[in-house]
Amino acid sequence: MAKLPKPEELGKIDYTPPSTGWMDTPVEFKPGYFCNAAKEKNLAGLHMPNARTWSVKDEDWKLPDNWKEIIMEGLRERLEKYRSLRIFMDICVRCGACADKCHFFIGTGDPKNMPVLRAELLRSVYRKEYTTAGKILGKFAGAREMTIDVLKEWWYYFFQCTECRRCSVFCPYGIDQAEITIVGRELLNLLGLNIDWIMGPANACYHKGNHLGIEPHTFKSSIEFFLDDIKTITGIDIEPSFNRKGAEILFVTPSGDVFADPGTYTAMGYLMLFHELGLDYTWSTYASEGGNFGFFTNNELAKKLNAKIYAEAKRLGVKWILGGECGHMWRVLSQYMDTWNGPADFLEVPKSPITGTVFENARSMKMVHITEFTADLMKHNKLKLDPSRNDDVRLTWHDSCNTARGMGLLEEPRYIAKQVCNNFFEMPENTIREKTFCCGSGSGLNASENMDMRLKGGLPRANAVKYVHEKHGVNTVGNVCAIDRATLTTAIDYWSPGVRVSGLHELVANALVMKGEKTRRTNLRFEPLPGVEQVDDDQPEEE
Amino acid sequence: MAHVEVKGAKYEVDEDGFLVDPDEWNMDIASYFADVEGIAMTEAHWEVVNFLRDYFKQFNIAPMIKILVKEIGKKMGPEKGNTKYLYQLYPGGPAKQACKIAGLPKPTGCV
Repeated sequence: MAKLPKPEELGKIDYTPPSTGWMDTPVEFKPGYFCNAAKEKNLAGLHMPNARTWSVKDEDWKLPDNWKEIIMEGLRERLEKYRSLRIFMDICVRCGACADKCHFFIGTGDPKNMPVLRAELLRSVYRKEYTTAGKILGKFAGAREMTIDVLKEWWYYFFQCTECRRCSVFCPYGIDQAEITIVGRELLNLLGLNIDWIMGPANACYHKGNHLGIEPHTFKSSIEFFLDDIKTITGIDIEPSFNRKGAEILFVTPSGDVFADPGTYTAMGYLMLFHELGLDYTWSTYASEGGNFGFFTNNELAKKLNAKIYAEAKRLGVKWILGGECGHMWRVLSQYMDTWNGPADFLEVPKSPITGTVFENARSMKMVHITEFTADLMKHNKLKLDPSRNDDVRLTWHDSCNTARGMGLLEEPRYIAKQVCNNFFEMPENTIREKTFCCGSGSGLNASENMDMRLKGGLPRANAVKYVHEKHGVNTVGNVCAIDRATLTTAIDYWSPGVRVSGLHELVANALVMKGEKTRRTNLRFEPLPGVEQVDDDQPEEE
Repeated sequence: MAHVEVKGAKYEVDEDGFLVDPDEWNMDIASYFADVEGIAMTEAHWEVVNFLRDYFKQFNIAPMIKILVKEIGKKMGPEKGNTKYLYQLYPGGPAKQACKIAGLPKPTGCV
């Protein structure tokens, strides 16, 4: 990885378009702006086409001779299969409403990061093949031939879109740019042209149950490590179960929560909350991943990786499924799982055993988001909370793209946040809720070799954080997404230092007064609670 | 795929320069990676690498950073059981630099 430029340098953005027209401006592969090629073993492990060792930096991407035929046939199939794609190809009037809504365009000034132009990369090939005007008038009608340079341009820009769908909110026709990127990536995958940061986790998930490749004994050992810490902080012994048949609820969360800080504190939060409720639930070391990097590859792989959730629910004989804090996991679950791998008619309509609330919205899917579950507990006064334990937290809320725009989860997280935290401040209106800005690293782009691009994409979000940091002294960004927890930490440290990132159930667990707990002196990060001055020396210090 | 040659032996490395096959790891390649990373290895550095190797053997993945912190604290004394100490040893980050020297694959996913 090249050395990272300073924020003052990376923050200089030139919005002057190139002097040449977009079709005549060749793509320049800038180091720091693209990810490494998918490795052969990961392509082969998933039986993807054209598994071989290749490098993006090489001129020759080692494609089959008939690559063009494969792409054009792939496009034809998808136009037939997805009516939405055909509409999105035909309907755009290039009004430009989306142009300045993309975090990558705002951060780079590269016109091909305008959603309208990113779509044109594919649309131009579509026009040449499928429209009369395009066939006859060619370039004058915005049409062009599929060439190797076009293919490389697709690759560069379809892996510079996080499928966040902010642009779609502003499109008067509702064109879903994520679907265009999804199809673009599907076509590239027909030639084995994925990035390794997606193919690696997807392959690990296929073979070991989760993106990180955490094996069952490791998964259990990691949870036990959290239990040790919880015991130190609260004095309470917790004994969760794994793969337990007959449990009422199966709990599924992204594997990042049991591996990477600060997601690990969120995982501790789940454990503490469920223990306090006496919830009859089980973890699974088989369905040990809520996220789905197959979704960033193609429909078939996404479906395959998703299948284990219902399969495990059936095997264990649970009544319904509870899901943890994750972003794209919920786009997949709420919009695809039921049709891919359902109907899950062996499950019951989710009903909170604590409040009796029936989650009608999950009647078909049978899976409930943890913030829906927890907000309902709070609404019914089922939790004893001491929000003053979070009085050192000045919180703002980052709506994760997929939970906000993909499932409309806007109120529940805020309701919970305000119950457990006395200081809550919203970022500006055009950067939150359905207009929320992406972390800049979603859809599998959270690698390290593309760090310049990630930071540029994270700039609009970090900028809004900086605003409330300066105006209200905000020092914490809350969210419900594992990718956010990992990547916003990096982006905000870079653009707006002094603000940290926290999952919601970390804050819940800090405020949760548990039966039989000892006087708490620290939060889950082993930092002294407000008003507590000294902390035991033998506790680990966190950054 | 790129190769590096150390004392006459060839090792396959990925685009980040990480060892592809953890089983090929030995002191020679570890010292080579340390040189590349600009780390002058001391006993304290090896302590971290050895723990990473042991953990990997048992669990087939790099440990969570907090497990590393706790274990080093146990072994080297409580004043060293913190991330600050680990960053002093490995300024490029213990997860990245120390794992590379220990020949462990980089964890991928929502991390």
